[in-house]
Amino acid sequence: MTDAIMNSKPSTEVRRPVASEERLRKRYAAERRFRLYGLCSIFAAGLMLIFLVGSIAGTGWSAFLQTYVQLSIHFDPEYLDPAGTGDPEQLRTADYGGLMKKNLRDNFPEVTGRKDKRKLYNFISPNAGFDLRSMLIENPSLVGTTQDLWIKASDDIDMLTKGYVDRTVPESDRRVTDMELAWYDKLDNAGKVKSSFNTDFFLKADSREPEEAGILGAVTGSALTLLITLLLSFPVGVMAAVYLEEFAPKNKWTDLIEVNINNLAAVPSIVFGLLGLAMFLNFFGFPRSAPLVGGMVLALMTLPTIIIAARSALKAVPPSIREAALGLGASPLQVVTHHVLPLAMPGILTGTIIGMAQALGETAPLLMIGMIAFIVDVPGGFTDPATVLPVQIYLWADSPERAFVERTSAAIMVLLAFLIFMNFVAVLLRKKFERRW
Amino acid sequence: MNSFFLILVVIGLSVAGYAVGRARSVIAAAGDVRILHSLPSYYGMFVALGCGLPAILLLALWLIIQPQIVDNMVMSGLDPSIMPTNPDEYSLLLTDIHNLSSGNAVSREASPAIQAATDRYVALQSIGFWSMVAAVVCVALGGLAWSRSQVSSTFRARNAVEGIIRALLIICSMIAILTTVGIVLSLIFESLRFFARVPFFEFLFGIHWSPQTAIRAEQVGASGSFGAVPLFAGTMLITLIAMLVAGPIGLLSAIYMAEYANPKFRAFAKPMLEVLAGIPTVVYGFFAALTVAPLIRGWGESIGLDVASESALAAGVVMGIMIIPFVSSLSDDVINSVPQSLRDGSYGLGATKSETIRNVIIPAALPGIVGAFLLAISRAIGETMIVVMAAGLAANLTANPLEAVTTVTVQIVTLLVGDQEFDSAKTLAAFALGLVLFFVTLGLNVIALRVVRKYREKYD
Repeated sequence: MTDAIMNSKPSTEVRRPVASEERLRKRYAAERRFRLYGLCSIFAAGLMLIFLVGSIAGTGWSAFLQTYVQLSIHFDPEYLDPAGTGDPEQLRTADYGGLMKKNLRDNFPEVTGRKDKRKLYNFISPNAGFDLRSMLIENPSLVGTTQDLWIKASDDIDMLTKGYVDRTVPESDRRVTDMELAWYDKLDNAGKVKSSFNTDFFLKADSREPEEAGILGAVTGSALTLLITLLLSFPVGVMAAVYLEEFAPKNKWTDLIEVNINNLAAVPSIVFGLLGLAMFLNFFGFPRSAPLVGGMVLALMTLPTIIIAARSALKAVPPSIREAALGLGASPLQVVTHHVLPLAMPGILTGTIIGMAQALGETAPLLMIGMIAFIVDVPGGFTDPATVLPVQIYLWADSPERAFVERTSAAIMVLLAFLIFMNFVAVLLRKKFERRW
Repeated sequence: MNSFFLILVVIGLSVAGYAVGRARSVIAAAGDVRILHSLPSYYGMFVALGCGLPAILLLALWLIIQPQIVDNMVMSGLDPSIMPTNPDEYSLLLTDIHNLSSGNAVSREASPAIQAATDRYVALQSIGFWSMVAAVVCVALGGLAWSRSQVSSTFRARNAVEGIIRALLIICSMIAILTTVGIVLSLIFESLRFFARVPFFEFLFGIHWSPQTAIRAEQVGASGSFGAVPLFAGTMLITLIAMLVAGPIGLLSAIYMAEYANPKFRAFAKPMLEVLAGIPTVVYGFFAALTVAPLIRGWGESIGLDVASESALAAGVVMGIMIIPFVSSLSDDVINSVPQSLRDGSYGLGATKSETIRNVIIPAALPGIVGAFLLAISRAIGETMIVVMAAGLAANLTANPLEAVTTVTVQIVTLLVGDQEFDSAKTLAAFALGLVLFFVTLGLNVIALRVVRKYREKYD
């Protein structure tokens, strides 16, 4: 091209300004197009993020509300305590589910027929009887009285209140029959249906009944697992980084360690799960489903992240600091512990928090070591069976009930909130302690 | 919980040892600490380490070894009449004894012989625990006494402590290697047991995957066939779809951010892309199964296509979204490391920005970009939760992205999250798949890291 321009004579006929301008216009158009592609792909990624978060928030926000229906419950002493002993033990063992059913029948005297009655019982949560029991045990003087109580509705009614049941579809295609709709509308018109904040979602562990299921068990399990992960991976990671960065000679052996760490950072997480299953469970015989083993597996996974972050933090400390300390007579180890490590600590902590955030969101390796079990109790120790928040999400996502869909999304929101918080702390740490040498 | 208490006891003894050692050194110096070789705190540290390290080491070894010894003793003391002959029954009986002792459900009626074995097991467990407590405390106290006796004004406590800590540092850095060795060994051993039942070449080249094996010998129709080619094909199909999404979007975003974006836009866009990388994969899986798959199905049906409800396309697209940040941030790095002089040279010749990028920067950065893509591919191959939740379980050998396929990681999860006993070919197959997965991703990573490193050295 350059040759052609140099050889051509500077005559207006030969230059053909129209053609060259046309060419230039095309090149600029190509330039603008290329630039637009880049912008578009960034916006596409952003849109996907918004779509993802939006669709989860859209389906999940309603899980923070729970529907209650008001029923007037008569605590019939004949039913609860037929012998009239007044014994607290009698109150504890009474059939509250039966009491609920009896009161439902009394509230809707028009309902006859076995099938219809069963539909009626489905109106409220099967576990509502337990709430009644704890209420009565706390206050035995209620026996014999009639109370207007807000009773937790079943998941079907809950979904109906939240508008997820389409009344226009044929009766056979929805979970709520026309008769139930009529009862519901009657209650609703009388102001006997309310939605209030769903505290059980935060204060209870998993359950087969969606209206009873909560995330406390999974959150506790996650906390215990992460504690083990932190206790194992932080000291080991920092010590390994200190050795490799400050003491290790440059030879084949340390090269091998270094390549190994980089490779471990890229090994699929499920392979760590297989390691945990074969080594910790089958070979060493540690308990299944326990936060202890989960924490150990996640610690091995997080270790490379922490080592790599800690090494770059140590590398950022200028050599002049080390030389000054050495010059004053400090031993190499004193140089590290008294001077280099404190200066590198903010960077190390940032890397550790990011590693912990990864571990918090990890699911696959924990499935391998049995943390997928259905567990109704909040774990009390490191060897109790437990589940973690991401696995809870996975389990709920598999449940067929519509009510679990919103709970899954809500649990995801809680998980994301934790992650955003951790990353926020990491960014703050970096900002606060960022130092230019 | 009890061994945690023991650990606390040992830590308490170490703290006491620190105080003892420190006080002892001051006494040895007759109050004038200047004549000591090291600072008093080093003597304290020495005694604390001497007390705590051997005890914790012994505790760890004991916890690992005791279960094996107890199991052996229980099984060898078993009534010969119920002694199982084949290894499968042996491990089942052992599991029953374990479950019986902790009060869990067992697979059979507890006969008196088994009950006796269980009682013996419980007794041995408690003997083992108390002898462990005794041994660990003895070792801790012995270590304390010995290291305390070492303390004198000429003892080089600092050198000793630093030597120990240096050894600890080396051990910590070797854990990475130990982990790799552990992964390789556990995968290889379990896979060898699998290949003893299923021929190696049948596994690698067979085209029929149906891992249902018979639990009872006389059962029909469940012989199990382990040809893994459909899984490899499914994995590759989903990876290909993911890279078709992540590759262009990631690369173009990286180019825009490195070359066009002003600092303000960059400061906003880069963290936004990184948020995509920070979202847990189980969330992507839920998103794929709940939102994307029905969407694709709806679109497909509206133009008359038959789309499976768990299509490879849905899983692949969502996986692609997840991988975008890997491609973009790695490519961003390599594009940024192309020296400015190359750009200036191109601009000087009259090229526009996009011509410079296409003809100069991309070719110069190509090895690094290839490395980034390889890393992203290895990430996609190993990704589990998205495909577990959004891809199918049926092993179809198909190239149609609208059909359901299954992947290696999905099969590992479904094979191991089940009720089959641990020694069946079905569960062992998961380890063989894991072995393939490990070596494929390892190979990709090694190549990618090599390529990236080699390229970086050029301009440094």
